[in-house]
Amino acid sequence: MNPLALIGHTFAEFLSAVGRLAFFTLRVIKHCFRPPFYWKQTLRQCVDIGYYSLPVVGLTTLFTGMVLALQSHTGFARFDAESAIPTVVILSITRELGPVMAGLMVAGRIGAAIAAELGTMRVTEQIDALTTLSTNPYKYLIAPRVIAGTLMLPLLVLIGDIIGVFGGFLVCVYDLKFNAANYISQSWQYLEHRDVSSGLWKAAVFGFIITLMGSYHGFHSKGGAQGVGKATTNAVVSASIIILVINYLLTGLFFAGK
Amino acid sequence: MTTVPKIELSGVTKSFDNKHVLRGLDLSIAAHESVVIIGGSGTGKSVMLKCILGLLRPESGSIKVDGEEVTKLRGRPRDAHQAKFGMLFQGSALFDSLPVWKNVAFKLIQAQGVKPKIAKERAIETLASVGLSPDIGDIYPSELSGGMQKRVALARAIASKPEIIFFDEPTTGLDPIMSDVINELVVKCVREVGATALSITHDMASARKIADRIAMLYEGRIIWQGRTKDIDHSGNPYVEQFINGRADGPIKMQVRRW
Repeated sequence: MNPLALIGHTFAEFLSAVGRLAFFTLRVIKHCFRPPFYWKQTLRQCVDIGYYSLPVVGLTTLFTGMVLALQSHTGFARFDAESAIPTVVILSITRELGPVMAGLMVAGRIGAAIAAELGTMRVTEQIDALTTLSTNPYKYLIAPRVIAGTLMLPLLVLIGDIIGVFGGFLVCVYDLKFNAANYISQSWQYLEHRDVSSGLWKAAVFGFIITLMGSYHGFHSKGGAQGVGKATTNAVVSASIIILVINYLLTGLFFAGK
Repeated sequence: MTTVPKIELSGVTKSFDNKHVLRGLDLSIAAHESVVIIGGSGTGKSVMLKCILGLLRPESGSIKVDGEEVTKLRGRPRDAHQAKFGMLFQGSALFDSLPVWKNVAFKLIQAQGVKPKIAKERAIETLASVGLSPDIGDIYPSELSGGMQKRVALARAIASKPEIIFFDEPTTGLDPIMSDVINELVVKCVREVGATALSITHDMASARKIADRIAMLYEGRIIWQGRTKDIDHSGNPYVEQFINGRADGPIKMQVRRW
């Protein structure tokens, strides 16, 4: 095959995939705001995404906070700047590591689950069956998941932030023998409202992306068990990559020129 | 006097990636009639059903239901069009996250707003009409045998008393006795509900039992149609090969699906 043709073909494929995803996204957003709403489904997804992800997110942020304190200590001790550790920990956790770590973990947990569930429903014709039972699959299956993801991720990240900062506190106070009261007051000293809120906005965007990508790949999977497996992998990989890229763009947006 | 056919297809074409599945399909079905489409695997039987349902959009040709063109419907009118149908899927396509009675009552509860208590009563009545006891209602579809799942799927298809019912290979994968049970239930249910029925199958015993009229689909066109009793002397070599199940004849088996 002509290498130029191959490049052109790949590029055209890429553009059409982006176009399909864009149309899908618009359709999903439209269905999120138009009745009928399936509150029961939405609530169930909120419990699934929010409550059952707590242990994973809690453990991840706890150890992230702990290792952050430990690493900054080994670095900062070289130039007697240990007093900056509480600030470094709380800013890193609330601005970046809380939302990103939680986003990536939830992408693995929830994005995969959504893709596998919807993918199986697609290949066993359950999604077609929904349509013949006068129920719009976008409204019944996708909108509840996307709404739940967008609402629950900020809550998860808020809790994760607290646990992460607490992880740093544990290491500094019990391992590195900091004064507990000093640590807490130093943590608060340079923290701005914006540091936390920007992280929570990011979380909402990540929650949207995770559930959207899970739904997109699951909804369009084909070809039996192998197709569902592929959909699951694609959902997690694409959500993770988009999270990292969007994270950079959002950080630029929130803290431009500051 | 001319009556409007319940379903009328003329010149319907549909292709996937340069593979022409339907190539100008014409078919007319009167109200309260039971028509069975026979044909080998991959001849476009399922695609035809999905086009009528509005799950797929044909490239050209017209599909009229109750005299109304349905291929270009969108939004509300499309929902109203789809609400006329009930469908029994090949693999049953029961929702495995819901107990049997909620499957049967799905359309009543989700789309018609019937109170769960009343819907459950109607689900149990419908289950009884397909020969299932009320205690089946509370178990999950995965705990049932294939034949029982088929019965539940049949109950779900007729529970909302649709005007038109589609049967996608109602007996595939069942033993001969269970096949006959399902065939009898199909005949009985269609008569009770007073629906127009369109079935696709390659099981001749089933076709003879269910059909008022049989049509044979081959290479995307109807190549023969007539009353059920005329099928044994159709004079059409394709039909004769098919109903007698001979490997040699004018029909060459496709190895690839598309």
